[in-house]
Amino acid sequence: MLLAFLAVLPLIGALAPALAIRAGRDACALAAGLVTLTAIIILATMAPAVMAGEVIQARIDWVPSLGLNANFFLDPLGLMFAGMILGIGLLIIVYARFYLSKADPMGRFFTYLLLFQGAMLGIVLSDNILLLLIFWELTSLSSFLLIGFWRHLPEGRQGARMALAITGAGGLSLIGGLMILGSIAGSYDLTVILENREAIQASPLYLPALILILGGCFTKSAQFPFHFWLPHAMAAPTPVSAYLHSATMVKAGVFMLARLWPVLAGTDAWFLIVATTGLVTMVVAACIALFKDDLKGLLAYSTVSHLGFLTMLFGLGTPIAAVVGVFHIINHATFKAALFMNAGIVDHEAGTRDLKRLGGLFSLMPIAGTLALIAGLSMAGIPPLNGFISKEMMLEEASHTVWLGQPWVFPVLATLGATLSVAYSLRYVIHVYFGPKRDDYPKKPHDPGIGLWGPPAVLTALVVLIGLMPALFAGPIVAATAGAVIGADLPYYSLSLWHGVTPALFMSIFAVAVGAFLLWRHRTLEAIWARVGVPEAKGLFDAFVETLAAASRRLTLKVHNESLQRYLAFFVGTAVVVGLAGFFTADHSEGTREVIAATPVAVVAWLVLIAATVAVVVAHRARFLSLIFISVVGSTIALTFAYLSAPDLALTQISVEVVTILLLLLALNLLPKTSPSESSVPRKLRDGLLAVTGGLGVGAAAWAVMTRDGMQSISRFHWENSYSGGGGTNVVNVILVDFRGFDTFGEIIVLGIAALAIFALLDTADRGEAGRRLANWTPDLIRSPERHPMMLVVATRLLLPLALMAGLYIFLRGHNEPGGGFIAGLVFSIALLMQFMASGWGWADARLRADHHNLIAWGVLIAGLTGVGSMLFGAPFLTSAFDYFSLPVVGEFELATAMLFDVGVALTVVGAVMLALAQLSRVAQRAEKLEPTEHAMDINPSREPSSTEVKS
Amino acid sequence: MSLEFLIATAIGVMTAAGIYLLLRRRTFPVVLGLAFLSYAINVFLFSMGRVVVDQPPIYDKAAAAYTDPLPQALVLTAIVIAFGMTAFVVVLALRAYLETGTDQVDGLPDAGRPVEDASTPIPSHPTAARG
Repeated sequence: MLLAFLAVLPLIGALAPALAIRAGRDACALAAGLVTLTAIIILATMAPAVMAGEVIQARIDWVPSLGLNANFFLDPLGLMFAGMILGIGLLIIVYARFYLSKADPMGRFFTYLLLFQGAMLGIVLSDNILLLLIFWELTSLSSFLLIGFWRHLPEGRQGARMALAITGAGGLSLIGGLMILGSIAGSYDLTVILENREAIQASPLYLPALILILGGCFTKSAQFPFHFWLPHAMAAPTPVSAYLHSATMVKAGVFMLARLWPVLAGTDAWFLIVATTGLVTMVVAACIALFKDDLKGLLAYSTVSHLGFLTMLFGLGTPIAAVVGVFHIINHATFKAALFMNAGIVDHEAGTRDLKRLGGLFSLMPIAGTLALIAGLSMAGIPPLNGFISKEMMLEEASHTVWLGQPWVFPVLATLGATLSVAYSLRYVIHVYFGPKRDDYPKKPHDPGIGLWGPPAVLTALVVLIGLMPALFAGPIVAATAGAVIGADLPYYSLSLWHGVTPALFMSIFAVAVGAFLLWRHRTLEAIWARVGVPEAKGLFDAFVETLAAASRRLTLKVHNESLQRYLAFFVGTAVVVGLAGFFTADHSEGTREVIAATPVAVVAWLVLIAATVAVVVAHRARFLSLIFISVVGSTIALTFAYLSAPDLALTQISVEVVTILLLLLALNLLPKTSPSESSVPRKLRDGLLAVTGGLGVGAAAWAVMTRDGMQSISRFHWENSYSGGGGTNVVNVILVDFRGFDTFGEIIVLGIAALAIFALLDTADRGEAGRRLANWTPDLIRSPERHPMMLVVATRLLLPLALMAGLYIFLRGHNEPGGGFIAGLVFSIALLMQFMASGWGWADARLRADHHNLIAWGVLIAGLTGVGSMLFGAPFLTSAFDYFSLPVVGEFELATAMLFDVGVALTVVGAVMLALAQLSRVAQRAEKLEPTEHAMDINPSREPSSTEVKS
Repeated sequence: MSLEFLIATAIGVMTAAGIYLLLRRRTFPVVLGLAFLSYAINVFLFSMGRVVVDQPPIYDKAAAAYTDPLPQALVLTAIVIAFGMTAFVVVLALRAYLETGTDQVDGLPDAGRPVEDASTPIPSHPTAARG
């Protein structure tokens, strides 16, 4: 479990610097540092066991049915990487504290950095590959944030986008590859997959899986031809470049190669793809690096080159090459991170990173110069530094590698890569620190404080120590890690400076001599390089992205032309076609259920309904008229429900009908009162055809169902348990508040949300364009001379208590007789709306004490708390309880928790309906620009007439 | 002429009306179309419990037959939710009209009413049905 904690510690700890920044920059850096230090200590406590051969595991079930579990394991390979991530991370945090200027938001920086650290740690500690993939994507995302940290720089934003596009696409590829691997092995756990080498390599899916996985590795580790994102990622602050883009993230691809080496390596495909890509990358990138004038650009391409170096070693597929690969991972991380930090120091102190403007800095910055000299010589592969040893061992491996029958390819190209490496490394050291001192540095260069040179000094010390005593300082971890990579006994090798007189020695000597010569003739070579004109990958990438974007824009505009009619026509058309296809590919027979003969009254109702429907369609352009017709349809449906044994539905339908028509009337007040006639005849015919086919289909489906007997449904259960289990005889209501209470709970929440959305739409309607239109609105209909007729006001006031009483009655009897919370809520709403209609919005709103928002909130809360209440008694959410009580006079009555739930339903309905309609009438009131009046009635005999009130 | 036939045809006619109105160019007919579709779908769902006359779903131990209460419960909430939807859509249409000065929904420039700038009052139609 400690291991799982370790894996997420930086992710949780990422909050610390974000909070600590309030206490200052030192506190912020300290918080980030402490998180990392804690992780290092935890890792250190586990290290001895791991080095002794134990594999520490932590397993947490997450979604076991998907094979997705939070399983972690720590073996020597994970230990080495985790140590690097955390160790260099700590140095970078110290360095960044002094590197970032006061203007930079440091809290954000360290938060991102720790997020990245956690993601990276997750990759190297994950056992489950699905989990690993999540962390893999997290590194891409956090790297995006870090590259674009200086948001104001366009290069930063472009570089961040490019890195995300390339590594994100690679991540998708990796997902595909690892899923295939997991399905071959039958498990998503790495520890299981690693034991299935034979099954995986024998599978026909081996090659696709390999190519997909390599797609992920090569993009992440910037292998040719995906290398170009890394130099553009250098727009990031230098600590980020040193941490992500040299020491850790770009090694994630190499890590995957090492991690999957036991199951994937050893085949011809592996050798040809991986080793060749590595070799090409090594040479091409080294060549470009030599001609980069930007210090970070040079280091970026050299990093790409060294990543190619590592990829090639793992690609060779021999155990000894894997050992060298592991060793060089450590060496490269030490000297390259040190050099990046050095480039940051030069930039910071001299004010430029342009090699053409630098030189002669050694006497001005002796400390930085010495560190750069040592690290640079190590990168060049000069003894007695660590870079020399791993390069020597690499050349040795290359010297006896045969490529497609050609024994010379690998030795020659590897030597060429080493030669160019010598040249650009020396160029870094000599063109910055040696040569004549200049007098036109943008700033006055001098050595920085220990905060900036200390961290690279620690790494440089390692460079020297590993170089001088490789067996002591790197031996054990290299042996253990290489053992974990190979998964078998280690081959014989020796980590030492002197390997005797071997071909590699001569290749080395050649590389140093020619490399020095190349640097000497650098000016001439530069001219040639400029004349050849190597294409810039960024331009190609941008052109490619632009083409894709233009194509998708064209497609989108074609498909998505903003016409609702068109979408709906496609939608309906598809439904009709699918329905017809289903109909014509099946057998049909008449239903056998006995039908009920229609009474004359039913036929009349049917005629009314059909006539009203047709009338709406015919008259739909006259909007008020169509509203009247549609209310006839709604009322007829309510009557139908009553006739067909559904009293609850009838009550609901009739009250909803009233509210809906009121709402549409209010809205229509502000909308145009007619629709212009604008559809062409063919369009009308097309729509008519769609409508008739759709209607026929739905009607026929209903007919088919109604003329057949139902299958055994769950209705019987509800019927039989309604009284004994739910304590009510109105089964519909018991279903609503008890059996399916959870659904109802969800539905009142939806209703509340709809009302709040309406409120939001209307409350802001008096701003901006809409506000101006409302302000300029003029009534387009004749107004009644009486705004609030006395008769209407008096009648509604008399009705109010009666209507409320009717609502209460409907509510109380709802559990046993038709009624219930929904209907009662609607009846209450109508009673209140009548006051709004008769007496005006201002008068009624001022007297309605309850706030509609609160009503909705209380309704949902009461319903929810009723449900939670049952949990207090150990029953599941929304279990209802009921009992019978008796009081004198009243007699026996029932109390059920479902009733409390129904109170919540009723309150929400009242709140939602009132909120929507009151808000609409408020907007109308504003648009009318009528003087607000405190009197409900225009003419009130009981009021003393005053001069201002008398209407003309 | 059976009751089932009347119901099925009514559902069909209401659906057809709903689809036709849904395909009009202005917001208000679209809202009416949605309302029609709600009617049709609610009755359709209700009819899935088969048609029964004179047997309300009130439990009685002695009752020999009963109507299916389950579709009724589902339709009851559907009616209320349909109201919420209609209310939201009509207010959305109103706000869009106030915001853009037009109530057409086909994304094309308004032929009948040229898009006017916000300073002009909301256009009204001289042919409006008065009263």
